[in-house]
Amino acid sequence: VSNQVTPQAPPEERQRRSLPTTGWRASWRKFSRAHPRAKLIFPALAVLLAFTYPWWGLEGPLSAIFNDGLGIDSDTLFNISVYVMLALGLNVVVGYAGLLDLGYVAFFALGAYTLGWFGSGLFETRDIHFLDTSAARLPGIHLSFWVVVILAGVICAIAGIIIGWPTLRLRGDYLAIVTLGFGEIIPDVFRNGDDIHGFNLTNGVRGVTQMDRPGFGESLSSATGGVLPVRYDSLELRPWYYTILVMMLITIFVNLRLRDSKMGRAWIAVREDEIAASAMGVPLMRTKLWAYAIGAIFGGFAGAIYGSFINGIFPTSFSFQISVIVLVMVIVGGMGNIWGVIAGATLISWLNFTGLDKIGDWINSGIPGSSNDITIAKYKIGVFGALLVVMMLFRPEGLIPSARRKAEFAEGEGQATLYDATA
Amino acid sequence: LATAESASPELATRRLPVSQILLWVFGTLILLAVGIWLLRHAIDSPDRFLEVTLIGVTNGSIYALVALGYTLVYGIIELINFAHGDNFMLGTFQTNSIVNDGSFQIPLYPTTLVLSIPLGAAAVATDSGIHRAYTIAMCLLFSMLFCMVINVTIERIGYKPLRNQPRLVPLITAIGFSFILQDIGLVWKGAGPQPLPNILPKGDIFTWREASYGWNDFIVIAVTIPLLIALTYLVRQTRSGKAMRATAQDMDASAMMGINVDRTISFTFALGGALAGAAGAIYALYVGTSKFDLGFRLGLFAFTAAVLGGIGNLTGAVLGGVILGLIQAYNEGFADARWTTTIIFGVLILILVFRPSGLLGEQVPEGQ
Repeated sequence: VSNQVTPQAPPEERQRRSLPTTGWRASWRKFSRAHPRAKLIFPALAVLLAFTYPWWGLEGPLSAIFNDGLGIDSDTLFNISVYVMLALGLNVVVGYAGLLDLGYVAFFALGAYTLGWFGSGLFETRDIHFLDTSAARLPGIHLSFWVVVILAGVICAIAGIIIGWPTLRLRGDYLAIVTLGFGEIIPDVFRNGDDIHGFNLTNGVRGVTQMDRPGFGESLSSATGGVLPVRYDSLELRPWYYTILVMMLITIFVNLRLRDSKMGRAWIAVREDEIAASAMGVPLMRTKLWAYAIGAIFGGFAGAIYGSFINGIFPTSFSFQISVIVLVMVIVGGMGNIWGVIAGATLISWLNFTGLDKIGDWINSGIPGSSNDITIAKYKIGVFGALLVVMMLFRPEGLIPSARRKAEFAEGEGQATLYDATA
Repeated sequence: LATAESASPELATRRLPVSQILLWVFGTLILLAVGIWLLRHAIDSPDRFLEVTLIGVTNGSIYALVALGYTLVYGIIELINFAHGDNFMLGTFQTNSIVNDGSFQIPLYPTTLVLSIPLGAAAVATDSGIHRAYTIAMCLLFSMLFCMVINVTIERIGYKPLRNQPRLVPLITAIGFSFILQDIGLVWKGAGPQPLPNILPKGDIFTWREASYGWNDFIVIAVTIPLLIALTYLVRQTRSGKAMRATAQDMDASAMMGINVDRTISFTFALGGALAGAAGAIYALYVGTSKFDLGFRLGLFAFTAAVLGGIGNLTGAVLGGVILGLIQAYNEGFADARWTTTIIFGVLILILVFRPSGLLGEQVPEGQ
């Protein structure tokens, strides 16, 4: 209603007001308009920095800041990367299609357990091997890790469609609850799955250990002169990091291409106004299902490599908190904007894994006297909760929002508002 | 949405009955199977069946109290108040400190403000019935007050400024508050389970073969039912109740009619908080232990109860709570207790998918 009444400045004038005409920003804009490919320099730089992090971050003079000071050691680095991937996957569901998914951890768990089924000694009575890179011929099903990763994606996509098909027609907050329900049910099934009519599907609370590690096998390794390792080592973490980095890059690429595709535009249309989108011929269910399934695929990929990296998966490690933390990453970064999501995921997962502990140490060492015994672990949930609340109150569109999303929030559009009374 | 999705009318008329029939067949089959299964147990061992049923009703009435808080808030501002379950948890902690330390505590980091209540630890130690009754009353009163204040504060700080934002925004804020309250509980009492001595009266009211019904079970019902009656009276008969119902129906119109919408919403949150506090007090006294992460799971169960009964519907919330308590009790009594979570969330999903308006809720086109 307000759109018709409020006088709006013509677009050119608004543009002129908001953009500077002089200074380095203006000249950069002019330059980038003349050379459209120049903008690629920033992502390229970021990728370069990410790939060389083990040299400048973990070793050398800068390691005092990054490795020791900020606590980004190789373990944390890997975990951060996994969460960036999860956040990018959830971004498709929440950011692009506007479907609030509170049970994303289900796909993470499913991906990890796919590795448990097809890449560990869980089914020890079977003896199936396919391009397996283990040191010895172990009992159980051992497919090549790369096959398992793809399988995890496929299984998660199928699970996403099965879950989404009956539920995606629900309204926003009901959908959130249903996904939350699935996010609770799936780990519960894994927890109780050690005795399904006498069949041990998941090994229950004892979890699945001794997972297969990725590897390229003898022939590929020798063909590349040992650049590609035969089998990943639990001590040499660089191959792990590069693997997740490549997976992350694929995720980013797919995210970007999806955003600019016909499907991506359909998602945005559904997010902004379902009924209008439907009237314009966007098939609602199919569009939403695609978003859900694609989000699930990335969750599955991340789960598989995470399970392999930590070499043991337990039903307790897939709690609601993970769903929320990944959601926080997407929201804090800026829903729908890939660079925002990456930034948010990096920041939040750093805080989650080592950052808060480091901050606690700084506070403890900074305060003289006897009271320096703040154990930050106690306040972690509270800090995340407060972060969510503060973000929602002061910057609901996120740190680096996409321009479109920002406009939606400014107009208070998106889904139906709670109510209009401003009294 | 159903109208939006089926763009052509003939498609809608052709499709809808099939899914409806399938739904009915599916639902009836499930209910029939559950009914036969229960009947078999009831015939096999009627005393055990009675006992399990009584446990279910007792637990169900606690769920009902928490569910009412969800339903009240959802009814008025259509927000799933995720923090409600954790508010309930803080209520159990408050009762814990009253019984254990004889004091009303306000957790303010770095200290906990301790206000002594003139009942002292002596009330717990002495076995006098009047002292016990007094302690129970104090627990109820202060837990209700405590949770009421928390709920209203959250509404004022968090939800009120976000009323014009998309629905997602207050929902995420609610999750944030849920985490904050959980953390308050963790810092206040610690990570382990927090036990408290049993001060409810002992002894059985009646026993029949194996089945028995104790005074402690009865107290749960005896506290719950008056609260429910009082709430129903408040909502149906008083001016504030009328304001609540009007605000729930149409906020703009009620504001125009001179209803103070802000105050009405705060009042609703206060009511929900008080009920959560009462439920917390009863839970702590009845179960005898609580934990900082109790609220999340129990809150979700209670929310399921609210959805089951028809969210926004007070009678529905109570009905849903009792049904949920029974489902849990029958599952734990006759089947496998490990699957309770899965079954309850399964019920939640089935209800939301097939009948989002719940058992007693009215069928609204939006709800589908």
